[in-house]
Amino acid sequence: MTDEQELDLASLSDEELVEQMHDDLYDGMAVEIVAGTNILLGRGWGPDRVLAEALVEGMRIVGVDFRDGILFVPEVLLSANSMKAGMAVLRPLLAETGAKPIGKVVLGTVKGDIHDIGKNLVGMMFEGAGFEVVDLGVNTDVDKFLAALDEHKPDILGMSALLTTTMPYMKVVIQAMKDRGIRDDYTVLVGGAPLNEEFGLAVGADAYCRDAAVAAETARAFIDKRRAAQA
Amino acid sequence: MAGSSRRASTLVIGCGALGRELVELAARDGLEHVEVRCLPASLHNRPERIPAAVEGLVDAAHGRYERIFVAYGDCGTGGGLDRVLAAHGIERLPGAHCYQFYAGLAAFDRMAEEEPGTFYLTDFLVRSFDRLVVAGLGLDRHPELLPQYFAGYRRVVYLSQRDDPALLAAAERAAERLGLAFEHRPTGLGELETSIARLAQAVAVAEAA
Repeated sequence: MTDEQELDLASLSDEELVEQMHDDLYDGMAVEIVAGTNILLGRGWGPDRVLAEALVEGMRIVGVDFRDGILFVPEVLLSANSMKAGMAVLRPLLAETGAKPIGKVVLGTVKGDIHDIGKNLVGMMFEGAGFEVVDLGVNTDVDKFLAALDEHKPDILGMSALLTTTMPYMKVVIQAMKDRGIRDDYTVLVGGAPLNEEFGLAVGADAYCRDAAVAAETARAFIDKRRAAQA
Repeated sequence: MAGSSRRASTLVIGCGALGRELVELAARDGLEHVEVRCLPASLHNRPERIPAAVEGLVDAAHGRYERIFVAYGDCGTGGGLDRVLAAHGIERLPGAHCYQFYAGLAAFDRMAEEEPGTFYLTDFLVRSFDRLVVAGLGLDRHPELLPQYFAGYRRVVYLSQRDDPALLAAAERAAERLGLAFEHRPTGLGELETSIARLAQAVAVAEAA
C-alpha cells in the first residue's frame, strides 16, 4: 500500500480485508495488520478466527515463498514482526475466552547455538495454532531441557539448531531422555537450516520440520494421533 | 584460473569466498596444473543449493581432469555436500565452514565453546561486509532488525588471512556497526593452505609415478 493509493481497510468486505491482511503481512506492514485485526474484531470476529484466517494463513503463505526462494530472511522477519503486532492485540482476548490450549510445547535452540530467528518463528506459529509455548531460549543444554520437561510436562519438545557443528547436540538430548526412560512420553520435533529428514530420524526425533508452518502442522497431527490412540 | 603452460590436470572447485586465496595458492610453484573455478559466495544464503551447484561443475568437468578437489566445508549443507562428493569420490576441505579451517579445527572449537555468541569475519567477509551482511540481512533498509539478528551475539572475532591494516580497521568498524566487542586473531590461510599443499604433493607423486 503506497501513500498515493491509501486504502481504507474499513471499507473492505471481510473477505477482501482478510486478503488485504495477507498482503500486508507479506509486505511486513505491522500498523496495517493491527488496524485490520481491530476492524475484524469490531465486526464481531472471534480472536481465534482472526488469528487463524488472517494471521496464521498469511504467515503460512510467507513461509511457502521463503522456502521457494522468493522471500528472504529480512522480509520474513518483517512479516513475523507484523504478525507479532497482531498477536499482541489478540493474546489477551484469547486468554479471556478461556479456551484450553490444544497442547503444550517446550522449545529451545541447542547448546552452543545462539540463533533464534527460526525458533522464534516456530514459537509464533505454535502459538497461532493454539499451543501453549514454553521457550527456553538459546544455548540450551541437556539439563535445562530435561528440567523443563519435568516442570512443564509438555506434549511436544522442539529443538532448533542453525549450525552444522551444533545440530548433533539434539542426539545428546534425545539419548538423555532415553536413558531416563522418558523418551516416549514426548513427541520430539527438530528443525533448523542444515537439518533434513534423514538427520531427524538418525538422532531419534519423531519428525524433522522444514519450516515454522510445517512444525505447527506436524505438532497438531501428532497431538491428534496421540489423543485418538488414548480415546 | 591459475596460469598454466599446459593442460590443467587438477580442478579445484571452490567457494567464491575463498576465490582470492585459492588463486593465490594455485599460483605457487608446483601448482601450475591446477585450475580454480568458484561458485558465488552468495550461495551461502541458500546452502541447500550448494551440493547441486558443486555437482554441476563436477559433471561439467567430467573426463577433463585427472583429479578434482572441492574447497568448501560442509557450509551448512547438513552433510548434503558430503553425500554428493562421496558419490564422485572427491575430497573437500576439513571442517564445517571456512572459520573452522582458517582457525584450525581445535582452535575454532575452543573459540566457539568459550563464546557461542561469536560472529566471525574473514578477509573476504570484511571486504564484503556491506554487501553480504548489511545489505544481505536488509539492515541498510531496516536497521531496526539489527537486535533481532544479533541479540545472541557478544563479540566479533576477525580471523585474518593477511596482515592488512585497512582490513583490520574495516573489521573493527564492522564490529562497531553490530554493537559487538571486537577481537582479532590472525590465522593466515590455515588448513586451506595445508589442504592445497597436500593436493600439490599428491599431484607430484602421481606425476613421478
